[in-house]
Amino acid sequence: MLTPLTVAVAVAALLLAAWCAYAALRGQPVKDWHYLGMAVVLLLTLVQLAIGVVQLSGGQRPSGDTTVVFASYLVAVPLCLPVVAMVSLGERSRWGSATVAAGALVLAVLQLRLDDVWAGGVSVG
Amino acid sequence: MAEPATPDAAVPAGAPRTSGPRERGLRDGPGRLLVTLYGVFTVGAASRSLYQLSTRFEEAPLAYALSAVAALVYAFITVALVRGGEGARRIALGCCAAELAGVLAVGTWTLVDPSAFPDATVWSDYGRGYLFLPLVLPVTGLLWLRRSRRHER
Repeated sequence: MLTPLTVAVAVAALLLAAWCAYAALRGQPVKDWHYLGMAVVLLLTLVQLAIGVVQLSGGQRPSGDTTVVFASYLVAVPLCLPVVAMVSLGERSRWGSATVAAGALVLAVLQLRLDDVWAGGVSVG
Repeated sequence: MAEPATPDAAVPAGAPRTSGPRERGLRDGPGRLLVTLYGVFTVGAASRSLYQLSTRFEEAPLAYALSAVAALVYAFITVALVRGGEGARRIALGCCAAELAGVLAVGTWTLVDPSAFPDATVWSDYGRGYLFLPLVLPVTGLLWLRRSRRHER
């Protein structure tokens, strides 16, 4: 797995989470700039998905018998932001921003798990 | 989003909850965040337990069965919150209480007798592996559900 990209996605997701949490604290809905931020992070996760698929099809495997788990995490990652973006479109209040922040946080945690699983995985989850 | 043309007063009392966009249900406002988080946990717990039950049930039957139960509880709460209404609110209230009891019981159990759980569940160590969200969610859920009763009347 490409560790620099994993770190980059995690950091970008955390920044997005902080940004949206700030908007939520100030009682503001997500604005166009936030959606642009989501798009950037989403793009990074799609690149990650592509690289992951290439690596898997090239015969590289996570250490340990966890290919299925790894693949499902890989697919789950790019789904986070579109889902919360949809939710925030329907909830034009601070709670929409809080939801996007939560989704970005989940994304960051998934990056951690992705790295874990690739390295052999502590336990399945 | 545009403000609705009809004020709240135009909606007759006891009208279906789908009526006015202004009507705030269980899934609106803070509820939206709760629904999202419960949705995430439903998907997470369900896929985890499906994988574990189908590949290596014998290793830790208790832990994996518990993951499945947790997934069901999360799914029930998610659906109840989305549907809204008094009946759904009651069901969600019961499920949140069950969830809280489950987290506390399993959390204590894993600390007292770790050998019963060779592999972790969502509720092991009070959900430590999941940022303690399994413990925070039911409490938040119960508070939200209590508060919404006043709002919905």
